[in-house]
Amino acid sequence: MAGFVTELRAAGLPLSLTEDLDALEALRHVPLVRRDDVREALAATLVKSAGHRPAFDTVFDAYFSLSPAPVEVAAAVEGVAEAGGAAGEGADLAALLEEALRDGDDERLRALAEQAVEAAAGLTAGRPVGLSYYLYRTLRAVDLDGALARLVAGAGAPSALEQRLVADEFGDRAARFRAAVEAAIRRRLVEERGAEAVARSLRRPLPEDLDVMHATSDELAALRRALEPLARKLAVRLARRRRHRRRGHLDFRRTLRRSMSYGGVPAEPRFRRPHPAKPEVMVIADVSGSVAAFARFTLQFVYAISSQFSRVRSFAFIDGVDEVTRFFDGAQDIGAAVQRVNAEADVVWVDGHSDSGQALTAFWNRWGTEVTHRTTVILLGDARNNYHAAEAWVVRSLRERARHVYWLNPEPRSYWDTGDSIVSRYGEHCDGVFECRSLRQLARFVEQLG
Amino acid sequence: MTERFASIDAVAEGLAGAGYVADRSIAGVVYLADRLAKPVLVEGPAGTGKTQLAKSVAEATGARLIRLQCYEGLDESKALYEWNYRKQLLRIQAARVAEEATGAEAWSDLEDDIFSEEFLLTRPLLEAIRASDPVVLLVDEVDRVEVETEALLLEVLSDYQVSIPELGTVAATQVPLVFLTSNNTRELSEALKRRCLYLHVDYPDPERERRIVLAKVPGIGEHLADQVAGVVRSIRQLELKKAPSVSETLDWARTLVLLGASSVDAEVVRETLHVLLKYQADIAKAGRELRV
Repeated sequence: MAGFVTELRAAGLPLSLTEDLDALEALRHVPLVRRDDVREALAATLVKSAGHRPAFDTVFDAYFSLSPAPVEVAAAVEGVAEAGGAAGEGADLAALLEEALRDGDDERLRALAEQAVEAAAGLTAGRPVGLSYYLYRTLRAVDLDGALARLVAGAGAPSALEQRLVADEFGDRAARFRAAVEAAIRRRLVEERGAEAVARSLRRPLPEDLDVMHATSDELAALRRALEPLARKLAVRLARRRRHRRRGHLDFRRTLRRSMSYGGVPAEPRFRRPHPAKPEVMVIADVSGSVAAFARFTLQFVYAISSQFSRVRSFAFIDGVDEVTRFFDGAQDIGAAVQRVNAEADVVWVDGHSDSGQALTAFWNRWGTEVTHRTTVILLGDARNNYHAAEAWVVRSLRERARHVYWLNPEPRSYWDTGDSIVSRYGEHCDGVFECRSLRQLARFVEQLG
Repeated sequence: MTERFASIDAVAEGLAGAGYVADRSIAGVVYLADRLAKPVLVEGPAGTGKTQLAKSVAEATGARLIRLQCYEGLDESKALYEWNYRKQLLRIQAARVAEEATGAEAWSDLEDDIFSEEFLLTRPLLEAIRASDPVVLLVDEVDRVEVETEALLLEVLSDYQVSIPELGTVAATQVPLVFLTSNNTRELSEALKRRCLYLHVDYPDPERERRIVLAKVPGIGEHLADQVAGVVRSIRQLELKKAPSVSETLDWARTLVLLGASSVDAEVVRETLHVLLKYQADIAKAGRELRV
């Protein structure tokens, strides 16, 4: 249990002693033989944020994976083996799997998962390969995707709608099978290497700490899901802070009226609501290949909280620059708008290699006069300029006109100014240069803007 | 302390009796809240039955539900207690008249008098603490109050007592079950989270959704309920501005029953999609994806 909590802390969950004690207390009240109940009891006391739940589940599975009555599983495996004759061959397993998927029989799916791992994963002691490798091998052996496609085709749904419903239902079952296979592999790995080592190898950063530049497509999906609630939270916080930063002037009329119920004693002073101005934001983003994911992501975030700014204008550049605000105006789906930026904006001038000097000069010539003292300019990019001229004077002039100029760099600070990165040439003219690799860092930056 | 529930299964049964279809994790956390005497912080998307959970627990245990609806600007005079100034003023004036008539009444007597329970207006938190009958306290949408106001709740939540300077400390005679709900519009303070059990209520899986539909929509057939749950699951998998909540699922199921549909087909879905989804872009997208 102590190791479990330590591992959770290592995975980034903020756990205090109180929570630790609560968890132990909770365990006294739940039936320990039921793994699900133990899991929920621990989760209720230890996990205080929905985003941390996947991390908790991973660690829990590693530490408490030996508990699900192994006898029962073994019996089920035998049952399946008998049903399918001399099972063990990949083809047989695949057929059995298809059948189990069609019937939606969870028990059999779990048993089959055990068997498939036994037969196909090829777990060998001492090989330093991870769970995902074995998972891939097992699933390929039983041809899960193929089975899925055949099942959907074979269901004979009369309409497109029903076909979709059937596909989703089977997709769900397949996901359960996948999870069962993963659990089976994990259990074997834990037996071999010990819970601690497995948990460590499975450790993943929390969504808000993911590195945007190097995220896998799964991780990017998780990021997008995390983005919306985070943006909402930030918007609420900004709005609140703006309203509470200072109280307005005393509202004499309302104070007097209030005082009537206290016999003319002004016991409850009333204040006018303050109406501070919202900042106006111009985002100038490098959308070239190296930082495209980051730019997309940041634009999405800025627009998600655009209600907190009086106006957001965005520009995209590679070696040419183009205003892309029009793609976002009235767009309900920000993700789609960002796609259109990539496809339609006129951002390539010569050869499609980043040239921020060229792009900034073009920006200054076309839109420079529209930058005012209310504007906050945010430049996004890694400032890897392919050894073109920096034209840092543009940033200096921008700063003279604008309220603030910030540069956000998605590279780790230690890479700055290495190779063709010239971020500090620009940085010296900015009000701040920020390393901005994760959602958390981005949110922190935006918060201090408001 | 008396225990309200014998086991986790008993919680699930009790809630089912009150018309709430709980899964194992919900029942487990409610059971723990009872045993550990800790408040439950319920978080999750809007319309997944967070508030309903508290109501149903109250119904299942036969307790009175006391509800504190949070909003921005909530302060202790609305949450805890307030002195009835007007009545106190009247009392002082009455005393002055009496003084003129009879001669003397000491100020200290008067002070004791006007800071007594007679002049105290109890608000939900204090009421829940002072109740002698079993109560369930629901602090709804706690994420709407400011961080500073959260501190008001802490004493009540951890020690089940309220300190009133003029009267002393009022401790609970019985520990109420406390539910706090949050729509997660902001991060709650660590101090508050530490004192609570955490329950995340997400959209239900199709099986549970089907049972909810069957329990809540009279006159719906098994087959239709199955299909409703299936369609909603498919819609929730899309990236939408606002995924349909359970209450919207129920609205949709009721609509289908009213229309006399016995099964869901493309035409029915197309015509009633606006019950499930509230944004035009979402409706268009879902229509495209489901090919209706």
